[in-house]
Amino acid sequence: MAITARTTAPLMRGSESAPVGRDQMSETLSSQPPVRPPAMRTEAGAKPRTAAEINKLPKKVTATDVNFFYGEHQALHGINLGVPEHHVTALIGPSGCGKSTFLRCLNRMNDMIEGTRVEGTILLDDQDIYRPRTDVVELRKRVGMVFQKSNPFPKTIYENVAYGPRVAGVRKREVLNEIVEKCLIQSALFDEVKDRLDTSALQLSGGQQQRLCIARALATGPDVLLMDEPASALDPKSTARVEDLIFELKHTYTIVIVTHNMQQAARVSDQTAFFYEGHLVEAGPTNELFTKPKEKQTEEYITGRFG
Amino acid sequence: MSTLAADKPGRPWAPLMSRLFAVACGACMLFCLALLGALLYKIFGFGWDRLNTAFITGKPSFMPAKSGILVPLVGSLYLIGLTAAIAVPVGVGAAVYLEEYAPLSRWRTIIQTNIANLAGVPSIVYGILGLGLFVRTIGLGRSVVAGALTMSLVVLPIVILSAQEALRAVPGTIRQASYALGATRWQTIWYQLLPASLPGILTGVILSLSRALGEAAPLVAIGVATVVRQVPENLFTDEFTALPLQIFYWTDMPDEAFHEAAAAAIIVLLTVLIGMNALAVFLRYKFGKRIQW
Amino acid sequence: MALTATTPPMELTAPRRRWLESVIHAVLLVCAAASVATTVGIVAVLLSQSIPFFREVSLVEFFTGTEWAPLFSPARYGIIPLVFGTTLVAGGAAVIAIPLGLGTAIYLSEYATPPVRHAVKPLLEILAGIPSVVFGYVAVVFISPLLRKVFPSADYFNALNASIVVGVMILPMIISLSEDVLRSVPRSLREGAFALGATKLDVTMGVVVPAALSGIMASFLLAIARAIGETMAVTLAAGATPQMTLNPLKSVQTMTAYIVEVSQGDAAAGTPEHRSIFAVGLTLFVMTLALNVFAQMILKRMREKYE
Repeated sequence: MAITARTTAPLMRGSESAPVGRDQMSETLSSQPPVRPPAMRTEAGAKPRTAAEINKLPKKVTATDVNFFYGEHQALHGINLGVPEHHVTALIGPSGCGKSTFLRCLNRMNDMIEGTRVEGTILLDDQDIYRPRTDVVELRKRVGMVFQKSNPFPKTIYENVAYGPRVAGVRKREVLNEIVEKCLIQSALFDEVKDRLDTSALQLSGGQQQRLCIARALATGPDVLLMDEPASALDPKSTARVEDLIFELKHTYTIVIVTHNMQQAARVSDQTAFFYEGHLVEAGPTNELFTKPKEKQTEEYITGRFG
Repeated sequence: MSTLAADKPGRPWAPLMSRLFAVACGACMLFCLALLGALLYKIFGFGWDRLNTAFITGKPSFMPAKSGILVPLVGSLYLIGLTAAIAVPVGVGAAVYLEEYAPLSRWRTIIQTNIANLAGVPSIVYGILGLGLFVRTIGLGRSVVAGALTMSLVVLPIVILSAQEALRAVPGTIRQASYALGATRWQTIWYQLLPASLPGILTGVILSLSRALGEAAPLVAIGVATVVRQVPENLFTDEFTALPLQIFYWTDMPDEAFHEAAAAAIIVLLTVLIGMNALAVFLRYKFGKRIQW
Repeated sequence: MALTATTPPMELTAPRRRWLESVIHAVLLVCAAASVATTVGIVAVLLSQSIPFFREVSLVEFFTGTEWAPLFSPARYGIIPLVFGTTLVAGGAAVIAIPLGLGTAIYLSEYATPPVRHAVKPLLEILAGIPSVVFGYVAVVFISPLLRKVFPSADYFNALNASIVVGVMILPMIISLSEDVLRSVPRSLREGAFALGATKLDVTMGVVVPAALSGIMASFLLAIARAIGETMAVTLAAGATPQMTLNPLKSVQTMTAYIVEVSQGDAAAGTPEHRSIFAVGLTLFVMTLALNVFAQMILKRMREKYE
């Protein structure tokens, strides 16, 4: 994936209420990627600028020596990564590098695939989520997930959002109403759908569907939100809205996002981790990784020499 | 036959042969449809005059003109009602187990192969099983319950296979989304997978029940009576008979007047069956279009 | 976190027992096991009466005897006439149904426009849904008198009569299974042949049918197995005279018709005559099972080839 191929996307959405720095950033990134730092977001929640700053932050998720196997094939090799609380961590790398596999380890979605095996520890706060007798259902309520392709249930908008609380045992209509409204507001969808909560979610546009999926994930009250290329199937305008949303959500949630799009990683994340062939090559503050990559592979990837 | 060059000299007839072949195949199809048409036409023509309310509400009689089908009709309705009550939960349950619980193990392969083979077992063999198991060993006699249990085994493979197909058609993304929201396996099945696959499951259920409605062989084998004078009151003990059995009995009589009665009973049976079939086609058409993933 | 959809976070490592889940799992397992129990039950019931039967009637007499006369004194239990009758009827049905069914399948798969296909398939489903006993009626009341006009020497109940209706009964099965396999032949094969200037006939008979041949054969086998197990129509149409004849105008008795005859009669349980239906049933079960297993094997191999 060459970075230059992406230049049109951010430029097309000039009318967005995005901070001024954005367009500058994408231009600078696309012309001479590693040389100048990506522009800082101006809103609250300033990005940590150095590795020392990142390390000082409290960790929400800590992966230690994680190996992952699909049958005989080892897909992840000794991954060590801390995810700071209330920040966005982006996982980047070429297709098949293990970034999505790693993401799915964090809420144990890989359990659903036959013949997979995990080694090492992954702590959520201070609990190992792979300890025997861990309640996977409880884990998934606390670690929400948004998928690459929006996948609303073939039900109403309301029922989509209310599903998580419902399966968790919430029965009272007023409570559900409150949760649905809050989550739709949080995911910036409420104004568009408030008059048609009882219509099928499948009638929404692709971008709206994806924000609905985000609202749905928020409704279980998670601490961590995992996003697997949430914008890859969206048009530029919808992508921008989702990115703005991520930026808002990180005040409340800890976010881990997998992305193919390095500019997106640069825009939304505080920490970036570069995966290659199942190894975590390098992780660090986003601006550092993009401007002064320590590893040659990282530099080659972000300058578009492969991938 | 497999020389692939139509315009080569020496094959001037190739285009004509091709055309003739198409016509022959089309004629085959038309002939099949004509058979169906002729069959329906003859039966309706033969039995239509015999069909009236007295026929439907009448009790059996040794005089063909007085005979009615109330007892076998009610018997058939009890039979398929009870068959549905047994075969649908068990069949859908088995399908859910195979699709959502059973890992890709040898256990699953065994059950799956077994079901495919059961689907090909002649229905009279199920009748022999019912005779040995339900009628004799369990001692249910020739009751509606014994008949329904036997019939459930006949249609179980159809219910399982169609429900499996319907479940498989639900995209995996729906499962993932549900599990990722902290739903348990059963919650995912109950709130997402079963509702989404309901039209497909219903279609299979209707088709299997129409099979149960038309089957006579298993009932003959378990010894269900052909002439019963009273509508059964106790499903566990009373004798019953069913519409296809009544038709069989009347057809076997040499008296032509009984053949007319049989034709009228066939009209009733076919009307119900074609109605059920149309409902299945309608369900598949309507819901197949509405849910687009 | 403002949204409290759930009670305060639970200990991940101390899951509350989800007993309902375990109960449901067990219940569903029982449902799936019911199908295996059915097979076991069939074999057990058939053997339970066949074994005492074979103590009185030797296997050699049963499988090589050419006379079936349970009511004679001494009774004769040689199954060959019943197998002969069954084969005659099923073979006749196959001769009628195979060309007609294959022609129709080829038309539907290669020539028919989608509207024609959508109109014809439900009609064929109706044909498939007509109960066996109705075909028996048609054979006795309409076809038999017609046959006797054409062949005055024919018995009132005869094998041809049964073959005709059984042939019509297995038609829909041959059509739908064969059409499925014909349609599964990849487009590229057809296009490759057309590109060489072949006519539609050349492509269909030279490329498509040979490519689908094993699947078509499997559909024939399944249909023949169905014809062998066919009961009510055959009982009504073919008569009740167990004899070895190749003349389709003679009355014969099939295995299934014999089972019906005894079931309707008043043979007491435990007598050799009554037990003989279990031995005949076992023979029937083994014959159809063998055909089915063989057909499934062919279909499986074909599926692997094109998927």
